[in-house]
Amino acid sequence: MSRYLRLLAAQLRASTQLALQYRVDFVIGGVMSLFRLVWTLLPVLVVWARRPEIAGWTLGEALLVVAWFRLLNGILEAAVHPALVAVIDHIRTGTLDFVLVKPADAQFLVSTARFEPWRVIDALSGVGIAVYAFLKLGVWPSAAQVGAALALTVASVAILYSLALLVVSAAFWVVRLDNLIYLFNAIFDAARWPSTVWRGAWRILFTFVIPLALMTTYPALALLGRLALTTGLAAIAGAALFAVIARAIWLRAIAHYTSASS
Amino acid sequence: MSAARSSLPPWLRAAPALLRIGLLEAFAYRAEFIVWMLSTTMPFIMLALMSAVTREGTIAGFDQPAFTAYYMATLLVRHLTGSWVVWQMVMEIRQGTLALKLVRPLHPLWFYFLEAVSTTFFRSLISVPLIALAFVLLGAGGSLVTDPALLGCAALGIAGAWILNFTLSAAIGTLGLYIESSVAVWDLWIGCFMIFSGYLLPIELFPPWLASAARSMPFPYLQSLPVEIMTGRHDLAHALPLLLRQAGWAAGSIALLLLLWRRGVRRFAAYGG
Repeated sequence: MSRYLRLLAAQLRASTQLALQYRVDFVIGGVMSLFRLVWTLLPVLVVWARRPEIAGWTLGEALLVVAWFRLLNGILEAAVHPALVAVIDHIRTGTLDFVLVKPADAQFLVSTARFEPWRVIDALSGVGIAVYAFLKLGVWPSAAQVGAALALTVASVAILYSLALLVVSAAFWVVRLDNLIYLFNAIFDAARWPSTVWRGAWRILFTFVIPLALMTTYPALALLGRLALTTGLAAIAGAALFAVIARAIWLRAIAHYTSASS
Repeated sequence: MSAARSSLPPWLRAAPALLRIGLLEAFAYRAEFIVWMLSTTMPFIMLALMSAVTREGTIAGFDQPAFTAYYMATLLVRHLTGSWVVWQMVMEIRQGTLALKLVRPLHPLWFYFLEAVSTTFFRSLISVPLIALAFVLLGAGGSLVTDPALLGCAALGIAGAWILNFTLSAAIGTLGLYIESSVAVWDLWIGCFMIFSGYLLPIELFPPWLASAARSMPFPYLQSLPVEIMTGRHDLAHALPLLLRQAGWAAGSIALLLLLWRRGVRRFAAYGG
Protein backbone atom coordinates (compact mmCIF):
# COMPACT_ATOMS: atom_id res chain seq x y z
CA MET A 1 0.00 0.00 0.00
CA SER A 2 2.72 2.46 0.99
CA ARG A 3 4.51 1.51 -2.21
CA TYR A 4 1.49 2.62 -4.22
CA LEU A 5 1.26 5.87 -2.30
CA ARG A 6 4.92 6.55 -3.11
CA LEU A 7 4.23 5.74 -6.75
CA LEU A 8 1.24 8.10 -6.78
CA ALA A 9 3.38 10.88 -5.32
CA ALA A 10 6.04 10.30 -7.97
CA GLN A 11 3.49 10.36 -10.79
CA LEU A 12 1.89 13.53 -9.45
CA ARG A 13 5.29 15.17 -9.18
CA ALA A 14 6.12 14.28 -12.77
CA SER A 15 2.82 15.67 -14.07
CA THR A 16 3.23 18.87 -12.10
CA GLN A 17 6.75 19.39 -13.37
CA LEU A 18 5.54 18.79 -16.91
CA ALA A 19 2.77 21.35 -16.45
CA LEU A 20 5.15 23.89 -14.93
CA GLN A 21 7.08 23.97 -18.18
CA TYR A 22 4.18 25.69 -19.86
CA ARG A 23 3.48 28.63 -17.62
CA VAL A 24 1.59 30.64 -20.25
CA ASP A 25 -0.86 27.74 -20.32
CA PHE A 26 -1.58 28.44 -16.68
CA VAL A 27 -2.70 31.99 -17.48
CA ILE A 28 -4.74 30.84 -20.46
CA GLY A 29 -6.15 27.98 -18.39
CA GLY A 30 -7.18 30.42 -15.68
CA VAL A 31 -8.89 32.75 -18.15
CA MET A 32 -10.66 29.82 -19.80
CA SER A 33 -11.82 28.50 -16.45
CA LEU A 34 -13.32 31.89 -15.61
CA PHE A 35 -14.96 31.86 -18.99
CA ARG A 36 -16.51 28.44 -18.58
CA LEU A 37 -17.73 29.62 -15.19
CA VAL A 38 -19.51 32.58 -16.80
CA TRP A 39 -21.09 30.46 -19.45
CA THR A 40 -22.28 27.85 -16.93
CA LEU A 41 -23.72 30.49 -14.61
CA LEU A 42 -25.23 32.88 -17.15
CA PRO A 43 -28.20 30.72 -18.22
CA VAL A 44 -28.91 29.87 -14.59
CA LEU A 45 -28.88 33.51 -13.50
CA VAL A 46 -30.89 34.71 -16.51
CA VAL A 47 -33.55 32.03 -16.18
CA TRP A 48 -33.93 32.10 -12.40
CA ALA A 49 -34.16 35.92 -12.56
CA ARG A 50 -37.55 35.38 -14.19
CA ARG A 51 -38.84 32.70 -11.82
CA PRO A 52 -38.29 32.25 -8.08
CA GLU A 53 -38.43 28.48 -8.45
CA ILE A 54 -37.96 26.06 -11.35
CA ALA A 55 -38.76 22.35 -11.13
CA GLY A 56 -38.84 22.71 -7.34
CA TRP A 57 -35.43 24.43 -7.01
CA THR A 58 -34.74 28.01 -5.94
CA LEU A 59 -31.71 29.85 -7.31
CA GLY A 60 -29.56 29.14 -4.24
CA GLU A 61 -30.41 25.44 -4.33
CA ALA A 62 -29.83 25.17 -8.09
CA LEU A 63 -26.45 26.87 -7.66
CA LEU A 64 -25.43 23.96 -5.41
CA VAL A 65 -26.08 21.58 -8.32
CA VAL A 66 -24.05 23.86 -10.62
CA ALA A 67 -21.28 23.92 -8.00
CA TRP A 68 -21.10 20.15 -7.98
CA PHE A 69 -21.17 20.09 -11.76
CA ARG A 70 -18.12 22.39 -11.83
CA LEU A 71 -16.36 20.39 -9.14
CA LEU A 72 -16.83 17.05 -10.89
CA ASN A 73 -16.04 18.54 -14.28
CA GLY A 74 -12.80 19.85 -12.82
CA ILE A 75 -11.87 16.42 -11.44
CA LEU A 76 -12.84 14.81 -14.72
CA GLU A 77 -10.68 17.18 -16.77
CA ALA A 78 -7.78 17.25 -14.33
CA ALA A 79 -7.38 13.56 -13.61
CA VAL A 80 -9.69 11.24 -15.55
CA HIS A 81 -9.55 12.51 -19.14
CA PRO A 82 -5.78 13.05 -19.43
CA ALA A 83 -5.18 9.48 -18.26
CA LEU A 84 -7.84 8.22 -20.65
CA VAL A 85 -6.24 9.97 -23.62
CA ALA A 86 -2.79 8.72 -22.59
CA VAL A 87 -3.83 5.08 -22.36
CA ILE A 88 -5.72 5.14 -25.66
CA ASP A 89 -2.55 6.51 -27.24
CA HIS A 90 -0.54 3.69 -25.63
CA ILE A 91 -2.91 1.09 -27.05
CA ARG A 92 -2.84 2.58 -30.54
CA THR A 93 0.92 2.92 -30.75
CA GLY A 94 1.76 -0.29 -28.93
CA THR A 95 3.69 1.37 -26.10
CA LEU A 96 1.29 -0.12 -23.56
CA ASP A 97 3.80 -3.01 -23.48
CA PHE A 98 6.19 -0.80 -21.51
CA VAL A 99 3.51 -0.16 -18.92
CA LEU A 100 2.51 -3.81 -18.65
CA VAL A 101 6.05 -5.03 -17.92
CA LYS A 102 6.43 -2.64 -14.99
CA PRO A 103 6.09 -4.35 -11.58
CA ALA A 104 2.91 -2.59 -10.48
CA ASP A 105 -0.79 -2.84 -11.24
CA ALA A 106 -1.33 -1.68 -14.83
CA GLN A 107 -4.68 -0.03 -14.08
CA PHE A 108 -3.06 2.00 -11.31
CA LEU A 109 -0.17 3.03 -13.54
CA VAL A 110 -2.24 4.15 -16.50
CA SER A 111 -4.83 5.98 -14.45
CA THR A 112 -2.30 8.01 -12.49
CA ALA A 113 0.04 8.65 -15.40
CA ARG A 114 -1.17 12.09 -16.32
CA PHE A 115 -2.72 14.97 -14.40
CA GLU A 116 -3.49 18.46 -15.57
CA PRO A 117 -2.98 20.52 -12.44
CA TRP A 118 -4.36 23.75 -13.94
CA ARG A 119 -7.78 22.17 -14.19
CA VAL A 120 -7.96 22.19 -10.42
CA ILE A 121 -9.02 25.84 -10.83
CA ASP A 122 -12.31 24.54 -12.23
CA ALA A 123 -12.89 22.35 -9.21
CA LEU A 124 -12.05 25.22 -6.85
CA SER A 125 -14.55 27.49 -8.61
CA GLY A 126 -17.16 24.82 -7.82
CA VAL A 127 -16.37 25.15 -4.12
CA GLY A 128 -16.63 28.94 -4.51
CA ILE A 129 -20.11 28.66 -6.05
CA ALA A 130 -21.21 26.35 -3.23
CA VAL A 131 -20.11 28.89 -0.62
CA TYR A 132 -21.93 31.66 -2.49
CA ALA A 133 -25.05 29.48 -2.73
CA PHE A 134 -25.12 28.99 1.02
CA LEU A 135 -24.58 32.69 1.63
CA LYS A 136 -27.62 33.24 -0.58
CA LEU A 137 -29.66 30.56 1.19
CA GLY A 138 -28.70 31.97 4.58
CA VAL A 139 -28.33 28.53 6.19
CA TRP A 140 -25.22 26.43 6.54
CA PRO A 141 -25.13 22.64 6.29
CA SER A 142 -24.34 20.54 9.34
CA ALA A 143 -21.14 18.49 9.53
CA ALA A 144 -23.12 15.32 8.88
CA GLN A 145 -24.66 16.82 5.73
CA VAL A 146 -21.25 17.87 4.43
CA GLY A 147 -19.96 14.38 5.21
CA ALA A 148 -22.83 12.80 3.27
CA ALA A 149 -22.19 15.12 0.31
CA LEU A 150 -18.48 14.24 0.33
CA ALA A 151 -19.24 10.52 0.47
CA LEU A 152 -21.55 10.93 -2.53
CA THR A 153 -18.85 12.93 -4.32
CA VAL A 154 -16.37 10.09 -3.83
CA ALA A 155 -19.01 7.72 -5.22
CA SER A 156 -19.54 10.06 -8.21
CA VAL A 157 -15.83 10.19 -8.95
CA ALA A 158 -15.78 6.38 -8.75
CA ILE A 159 -18.57 6.24 -11.34
CA LEU A 160 -16.87 8.75 -13.65
CA TYR A 161 -13.63 6.84 -13.34
CA SER A 162 -15.35 3.52 -14.00
CA LEU A 163 -17.07 4.91 -17.08
CA ALA A 164 -13.68 6.09 -18.32
CA LEU A 165 -12.19 2.68 -17.60
CA LEU A 166 -14.96 1.07 -19.65
CA VAL A 167 -14.15 3.40 -22.55
CA VAL A 168 -10.49 2.40 -22.28
CA SER A 169 -11.41 -1.27 -22.20
CA ALA A 170 -13.45 -0.77 -25.35
CA ALA A 171 -10.36 0.77 -26.97
CA PHE A 172 -8.70 -2.68 -26.93
CA TRP A 173 -11.28 -3.83 -29.47
CA VAL A 174 -12.14 -0.64 -31.36
CA VAL A 175 -9.02 1.45 -31.67
CA ARG A 176 -10.28 4.88 -32.71
CA LEU A 177 -12.17 6.12 -29.70
CA ASP A 178 -10.86 9.60 -28.95
CA ASN A 179 -14.11 11.18 -29.97
CA LEU A 180 -16.09 9.03 -27.54
CA ILE A 181 -14.51 11.26 -24.90
CA TYR A 182 -16.17 14.27 -26.46
CA LEU A 183 -19.47 12.44 -26.59
CA PHE A 184 -19.05 11.56 -22.93
CA ASN A 185 -18.40 15.23 -22.12
CA ALA A 186 -21.44 16.27 -24.12
CA ILE A 187 -23.65 13.87 -22.17
CA PHE A 188 -22.12 14.95 -18.87
CA ASP A 189 -23.23 18.50 -19.70
CA ALA A 190 -26.77 17.35 -18.84
CA ALA A 191 -25.69 17.11 -15.19
CA ARG A 192 -25.63 20.88 -14.83
CA TRP A 193 -29.35 21.14 -14.05
CA PRO A 194 -31.21 19.61 -11.11
CA SER A 195 -32.45 16.20 -12.22
CA THR A 196 -36.11 17.18 -11.71
CA VAL A 197 -35.79 19.27 -14.89
CA TRP A 198 -35.77 16.00 -16.81
CA ARG A 199 -38.99 14.11 -17.33
CA GLY A 200 -40.16 10.63 -18.24
CA ALA A 201 -37.66 8.44 -20.02
CA TRP A 202 -34.89 11.07 -19.70
CA ARG A 203 -35.23 11.07 -15.91
CA ILE A 204 -34.89 7.28 -15.81
CA LEU A 205 -31.92 7.42 -18.20
CA PHE A 206 -30.06 10.01 -16.15
CA THR A 207 -30.79 8.34 -12.82
CA PHE A 208 -30.11 4.68 -13.54
CA VAL A 209 -28.37 4.20 -16.90
CA ILE A 210 -26.02 7.22 -16.87
CA PRO A 211 -26.35 8.22 -13.23
CA LEU A 212 -25.92 11.97 -13.67
CA ALA A 213 -28.57 12.65 -11.01
CA LEU A 214 -26.43 10.84 -8.47
CA MET A 215 -23.38 12.92 -9.35
CA THR A 216 -24.66 16.46 -8.98
CA THR A 217 -28.25 16.47 -7.71
CA TYR A 218 -27.83 13.98 -4.84
CA PRO A 219 -24.86 15.79 -3.24
CA ALA A 220 -26.83 19.04 -3.44
CA LEU A 221 -29.85 17.35 -1.82
CA ALA A 222 -27.60 15.90 0.86
CA LEU A 223 -26.22 19.36 1.67
CA LEU A 224 -29.78 20.68 1.93
CA GLY A 225 -30.69 17.75 4.20
CA ARG A 226 -33.33 16.48 1.81
CA LEU A 227 -31.79 13.22 0.68
CA ALA A 228 -33.23 10.08 2.28
CA LEU A 229 -30.53 7.99 3.99
CA THR A 230 -31.56 4.85 2.10
CA THR A 231 -31.31 6.63 -1.27
CA GLY A 232 -27.83 7.86 -0.40
CA LEU A 233 -26.65 4.44 0.74
CA ALA A 234 -28.15 2.78 -2.34
CA ALA A 235 -26.32 5.29 -4.54
CA ILE A 236 -22.99 4.57 -2.85
CA ALA A 237 -23.56 0.81 -3.07
CA GLY A 238 -24.44 1.16 -6.75
CA ALA A 239 -21.27 3.14 -7.40
CA ALA A 240 -19.14 0.53 -5.62
CA LEU A 241 -20.73 -2.28 -7.61
CA PHE A 242 -20.17 -0.37 -10.85
CA ALA A 243 -16.49 0.14 -10.02
CA VAL A 244 -16.04 -3.58 -9.33
CA ILE A 245 -17.67 -4.49 -12.65
CA ALA A 246 -15.54 -1.96 -14.53
CA ARG A 247 -12.39 -3.41 -12.94
CA ALA A 248 -13.43 -6.94 -13.98
CA ILE A 249 -14.02 -5.81 -17.57
CA TRP A 250 -10.65 -4.02 -17.64
CA LEU A 251 -8.89 -7.21 -16.49
CA ARG A 252 -10.60 -9.17 -19.26
CA ALA A 253 -9.72 -6.49 -21.81
CA ILE A 254 -6.07 -6.44 -20.85
CA ALA A 255 -5.89 -10.23 -21.09
CA HIS A 256 -7.18 -9.78 -24.63
CA TYR A 257 -4.44 -7.26 -25.51
CA THR A 258 -1.96 -8.51 -28.09
CA SER A 259 0.16 -5.38 -28.63
CA ALA A 260 -0.03 -3.25 -31.74
CA SER A 261 3.18 -4.56 -33.26
CA SER A 262 2.49 -8.28 -33.23
CA MET B 1 -17.40 19.04 -73.33
CA SER B 2 -13.71 18.56 -72.64
CA ALA B 3 -12.92 21.74 -74.56
CA ALA B 4 -15.43 23.64 -72.44
CA ARG B 5 -13.92 22.19 -69.27
CA SER B 6 -10.35 22.96 -70.16
CA SER B 7 -11.26 26.60 -70.82
CA LEU B 8 -12.25 26.92 -67.14
CA PRO B 9 -9.66 28.32 -64.74
CA PRO B 10 -7.75 25.51 -62.97
CA TRP B 11 -9.17 26.19 -59.49
CA LEU B 12 -12.71 25.75 -60.82
CA ARG B 13 -11.79 22.71 -62.88
CA ALA B 14 -10.40 21.00 -59.75
CA ALA B 15 -13.52 21.72 -57.70
CA PRO B 16 -15.73 18.72 -58.62
CA ALA B 17 -12.94 16.22 -57.94
CA LEU B 18 -12.07 17.87 -54.63
CA LEU B 19 -15.71 17.92 -53.58
CA ARG B 20 -15.96 14.23 -54.40
CA ILE B 21 -12.86 13.50 -52.32
CA GLY B 22 -14.32 15.44 -49.41
CA LEU B 23 -17.54 13.44 -49.58
CA LEU B 24 -15.72 10.13 -49.79
CA GLU B 25 -13.60 11.07 -46.77
CA ALA B 26 -16.66 12.01 -44.77
CA PHE B 27 -18.24 8.71 -45.76
CA ALA B 28 -15.11 6.71 -44.91
CA TYR B 29 -15.13 8.08 -41.35
CA ARG B 30 -18.91 7.94 -41.00
CA ALA B 31 -18.93 6.35 -37.53
CA GLU B 32 -16.72 9.11 -36.16
CA PHE B 33 -18.79 11.62 -38.03
CA ILE B 34 -21.97 10.46 -36.36
CA VAL B 35 -20.37 10.45 -32.91
CA TRP B 36 -19.32 14.06 -33.54
CA MET B 37 -22.86 14.94 -34.54
CA LEU B 38 -24.28 13.28 -31.44
CA SER B 39 -21.95 15.43 -29.33
CA THR B 40 -24.07 18.47 -30.12
CA THR B 41 -26.29 18.01 -27.08
CA MET B 42 -26.44 21.54 -25.75
CA PRO B 43 -29.72 22.57 -27.47
CA PHE B 44 -31.43 19.52 -25.93
CA ILE B 45 -30.04 20.30 -22.50
CA MET B 46 -31.19 23.91 -22.69
CA LEU B 47 -34.58 22.80 -24.02
CA ALA B 48 -35.06 20.55 -20.98
CA LEU B 49 -34.43 23.48 -18.64
CA MET B 50 -36.71 25.79 -20.60
CA SER B 51 -39.46 23.17 -20.68
CA ALA B 52 -39.30 23.03 -16.89
CA VAL B 53 -39.58 26.82 -16.85
CA THR B 54 -42.62 26.96 -19.13
CA ARG B 55 -44.52 24.41 -17.02
CA GLU B 56 -45.54 27.46 -14.97
CA GLY B 57 -46.37 29.77 -17.88
CA THR B 58 -44.67 31.67 -20.68
CA ILE B 59 -41.42 33.57 -20.29
CA ALA B 60 -40.52 36.61 -22.43
CA GLY B 61 -43.20 35.59 -24.93
CA PHE B 62 -41.85 32.05 -25.28
CA ASP B 63 -44.20 29.16 -24.55
CA GLN B 64 -43.36 25.46 -24.70
CA PRO B 65 -43.79 25.00 -28.51
CA ALA B 66 -41.89 28.25 -29.15
CA PHE B 67 -38.92 27.00 -27.12
CA THR B 68 -39.05 23.61 -28.80
CA ALA B 69 -39.05 25.27 -32.22
CA TYR B 70 -36.25 27.65 -31.18
CA TYR B 71 -33.92 24.92 -29.95
CA MET B 72 -34.66 22.50 -32.79
CA ALA B 73 -33.97 25.32 -35.28
CA THR B 74 -30.80 26.10 -33.31
CA LEU B 75 -29.72 22.48 -33.65
CA LEU B 76 -30.44 22.55 -37.39
CA VAL B 77 -28.53 25.80 -37.98
CA ARG B 78 -25.59 24.57 -35.90
CA HIS B 79 -25.36 21.35 -37.91
CA LEU B 80 -25.65 23.21 -41.20
CA THR B 81 -23.27 26.09 -40.42
CA GLY B 82 -20.78 24.86 -37.81
CA SER B 83 -17.16 24.79 -38.88
CA TRP B 84 -14.24 23.00 -37.28
CA VAL B 85 -11.67 23.74 -39.98
CA VAL B 86 -9.50 25.35 -37.29
CA TRP B 87 -8.51 21.91 -35.90
CA GLN B 88 -7.33 20.66 -39.26
CA MET B 89 -5.41 23.85 -39.98
CA VAL B 90 -3.70 23.91 -36.60
CA MET B 91 -2.66 20.27 -37.01
CA GLU B 92 -1.34 20.78 -40.52
CA ILE B 93 0.60 23.88 -39.49
CA ARG B 94 2.13 22.14 -36.47
CA GLN B 95 3.12 19.01 -38.31
CA GLY B 96 4.34 20.95 -41.33
CA THR B 97 2.06 19.06 -43.73
CA LEU B 98 0.64 22.41 -44.80
CA ALA B 99 3.68 22.47 -47.12
CA LEU B 100 1.99 19.77 -49.23
CA LYS B 101 -0.92 22.12 -49.83
CA LEU B 102 1.35 25.08 -50.54
CA VAL B 103 3.19 23.40 -53.39
CA ARG B 104 -0.01 22.57 -55.24
CA PRO B 105 -1.08 25.07 -57.89
CA LEU B 106 -4.27 26.03 -56.05
CA HIS B 107 -4.88 28.33 -53.12
CA PRO B 108 -4.72 26.25 -49.90
CA LEU B 109 -7.80 27.98 -48.50
CA TRP B 110 -9.67 26.71 -51.56
CA PHE B 111 -8.97 23.12 -50.41
CA TYR B 112 -10.27 23.86 -46.95
CA PHE B 113 -13.32 25.61 -48.38
CA LEU B 114 -14.29 22.73 -50.68
CA GLU B 115 -13.74 20.18 -47.96
CA ALA B 116 -15.98 22.19 -45.63
CA VAL B 117 -18.66 22.36 -48.34
CA SER B 118 -18.70 18.59 -48.81
CA THR B 119 -18.67 17.98 -45.05
CA THR B 120 -21.65 20.28 -44.63
CA PHE B 121 -23.47 18.48 -47.40
CA PHE B 122 -22.82 15.10 -45.79
CA ARG B 123 -23.91 16.41 -42.40
CA SER B 124 -27.11 17.84 -43.87
CA LEU B 125 -28.01 14.42 -45.31
CA ILE B 126 -28.21 13.06 -41.77
CA SER B 127 -29.33 16.07 -39.76
CA VAL B 128 -32.06 17.58 -41.93
CA PRO B 129 -34.36 14.50 -42.02
CA LEU B 130 -33.80 13.74 -38.32
CA ILE B 131 -34.50 17.30 -37.19
CA ALA B 132 -37.54 17.50 -39.50
CA LEU B 133 -38.81 14.33 -37.80
CA ALA B 134 -38.14 15.87 -34.38
CA PHE B 135 -40.21 18.92 -35.37
CA VAL B 136 -43.12 16.66 -36.26
CA LEU B 137 -42.85 14.39 -33.21
CA LEU B 138 -42.47 17.27 -30.76
CA GLY B 139 -45.35 19.14 -32.39
CA ALA B 140 -43.30 22.29 -32.97
CA GLY B 141 -43.80 22.56 -36.73
CA GLY B 142 -46.59 25.10 -36.23
CA SER B 143 -44.13 27.66 -34.84
CA LEU B 144 -42.19 27.80 -38.10
CA VAL B 145 -42.78 30.43 -40.78
CA THR B 146 -44.42 29.31 -44.02
CA ASP B 147 -44.16 32.54 -46.03
CA PRO B 148 -41.85 31.74 -49.00
CA ALA B 149 -40.15 35.15 -48.80
CA LEU B 150 -39.24 34.59 -45.15
CA LEU B 151 -38.13 31.02 -45.89
CA GLY B 152 -35.87 32.47 -48.58
CA CYS B 153 -34.50 34.92 -46.00
CA ALA B 154 -33.86 32.04 -43.60
CA ALA B 155 -31.95 30.16 -46.32
CA LEU B 156 -29.89 33.28 -47.04
CA GLY B 157 -29.27 33.68 -43.32
CA ILE B 158 -28.04 30.07 -43.09
CA ALA B 159 -25.73 30.61 -46.07
CA GLY B 160 -24.39 33.81 -44.50
CA ALA B 161 -23.90 32.09 -41.14
CA TRP B 162 -22.02 29.28 -42.89
CA ILE B 163 -19.66 31.74 -44.55
CA LEU B 164 -19.07 33.61 -41.28
CA ASN B 165 -18.46 30.41 -39.30
CA PHE B 166 -16.09 29.05 -41.90
CA THR B 167 -14.04 32.21 -42.48
CA LEU B 168 -13.69 33.01 -38.79
CA SER B 169 -12.78 29.42 -37.94
CA ALA B 170 -10.21 29.48 -40.75
CA ALA B 171 -8.94 32.88 -39.60
CA ILE B 172 -8.29 31.53 -36.11
CA GLY B 173 -6.64 28.49 -37.69
CA THR B 174 -4.43 30.87 -39.68
CA LEU B 175 -3.38 32.48 -36.41
CA GLY B 176 -1.49 29.22 -35.90
CA LEU B 177 1.06 30.66 -38.33
CA TYR B 178 1.72 33.51 -35.89
CA ILE B 179 1.27 32.07 -32.41
CA GLU B 180 1.46 28.63 -30.80
CA SER B 181 -1.71 28.83 -28.77
CA SER B 182 -4.25 29.46 -31.51
CA VAL B 183 -6.33 26.61 -30.02
CA ALA B 184 -6.74 28.67 -26.86
CA VAL B 185 -7.98 31.57 -29.01
CA TRP B 186 -10.52 29.16 -30.48
CA ASP B 187 -11.66 28.09 -27.02
CA LEU B 188 -12.20 31.73 -26.10
CA TRP B 189 -14.04 32.32 -29.33
CA ILE B 190 -16.36 29.35 -28.78
CA GLY B 191 -17.01 30.57 -25.25
CA CYS B 192 -18.13 33.99 -26.55
CA PHE B 193 -20.11 32.26 -29.28
CA MET B 194 -22.03 30.15 -26.75
CA ILE B 195 -23.05 33.19 -24.75
CA PHE B 196 -23.65 35.91 -27.33
CA SER B 197 -24.91 34.02 -30.39
CA GLY B 198 -28.22 32.88 -28.98
CA TYR B 199 -26.97 29.29 -28.96
CA LEU B 200 -27.57 28.72 -25.24
CA LEU B 201 -30.41 31.16 -24.70
CA PRO B 202 -32.56 33.24 -27.05
CA ILE B 203 -31.09 36.76 -26.97
CA GLU B 204 -34.56 38.11 -26.11
CA LEU B 205 -34.24 36.48 -22.69
CA PHE B 206 -31.16 38.51 -21.77
CA PRO B 207 -31.44 41.67 -19.71
CA PRO B 208 -31.69 44.59 -22.19
CA TRP B 209 -28.08 45.83 -21.79
CA LEU B 210 -26.67 42.36 -22.44
CA ALA B 211 -29.02 41.81 -25.39
CA SER B 212 -27.99 45.04 -27.09
CA ALA B 213 -24.31 44.25 -26.41
CA ALA B 214 -24.78 40.83 -28.04
CA ARG B 215 -26.54 42.30 -31.06
CA SER B 216 -23.71 44.73 -31.74
CA MET B 217 -21.26 41.79 -31.99
CA PRO B 218 -20.89 39.42 -34.95
CA PHE B 219 -22.03 36.39 -32.93
CA PRO B 220 -25.82 36.56 -33.56
CA TYR B 221 -25.13 36.57 -37.30
CA LEU B 222 -23.30 33.27 -36.93
CA GLN B 223 -26.22 31.47 -35.35
CA SER B 224 -29.39 33.10 -34.10
CA LEU B 225 -30.33 35.28 -37.09
CA PRO B 226 -31.56 32.39 -39.29
CA VAL B 227 -33.12 30.73 -36.22
CA GLU B 228 -35.07 33.89 -35.41
CA ILE B 229 -36.21 34.26 -39.02
CA MET B 230 -37.30 30.60 -39.21
CA THR B 231 -39.29 30.80 -36.00
CA GLY B 232 -41.09 33.96 -37.13
CA ARG B 233 -39.48 36.46 -34.77
CA HIS B 234 -38.69 38.93 -37.59
CA ASP B 235 -40.97 40.16 -40.38
CA LEU B 236 -39.60 40.87 -43.83
CA ALA B 237 -38.95 44.55 -43.08
CA HIS B 238 -36.75 43.56 -40.13
CA ALA B 239 -35.11 40.53 -41.69
CA LEU B 240 -33.70 42.25 -44.78
CA PRO B 241 -31.58 44.90 -43.01
CA LEU B 242 -30.29 42.23 -40.63
CA LEU B 243 -29.28 40.06 -43.59
CA LEU B 244 -27.48 43.06 -45.09
CA ARG B 245 -25.60 43.54 -41.86
CA GLN B 246 -24.71 39.84 -41.87
CA ALA B 247 -23.35 40.25 -45.41
CA GLY B 248 -21.26 43.16 -44.16
CA TRP B 249 -19.77 41.06 -41.35
CA ALA B 250 -19.13 38.25 -43.85
CA ALA B 251 -17.29 40.56 -46.25
CA GLY B 252 -15.21 41.92 -43.38
CA SER B 253 -14.30 38.46 -42.13
CA ILE B 254 -13.31 37.26 -45.61
CA ALA B 255 -11.02 40.28 -45.95
CA LEU B 256 -9.55 39.54 -42.51
CA LEU B 257 -8.93 35.90 -43.39
CA LEU B 258 -7.19 36.71 -46.67
CA LEU B 259 -5.02 39.36 -45.02
CA LEU B 260 -4.04 37.08 -42.14
CA TRP B 261 -3.27 34.27 -44.56
CA ARG B 262 -1.15 36.35 -46.93
CA ARG B 263 0.98 37.74 -44.14
CA GLY B 264 1.11 34.51 -42.15
CA VAL B 265 2.10 32.14 -44.90
CA ARG B 266 5.39 34.00 -45.34
CA ARG B 267 6.29 32.99 -41.81
CA PHE B 268 5.50 29.32 -42.40
CA ALA B 269 9.12 28.43 -43.27
CA ALA B 270 9.84 28.69 -39.55
CA TYR B 271 8.10 25.35 -39.03
CA GLY B 272 8.96 23.48 -42.19
CA GLY B 273 12.43 24.65 -43.03
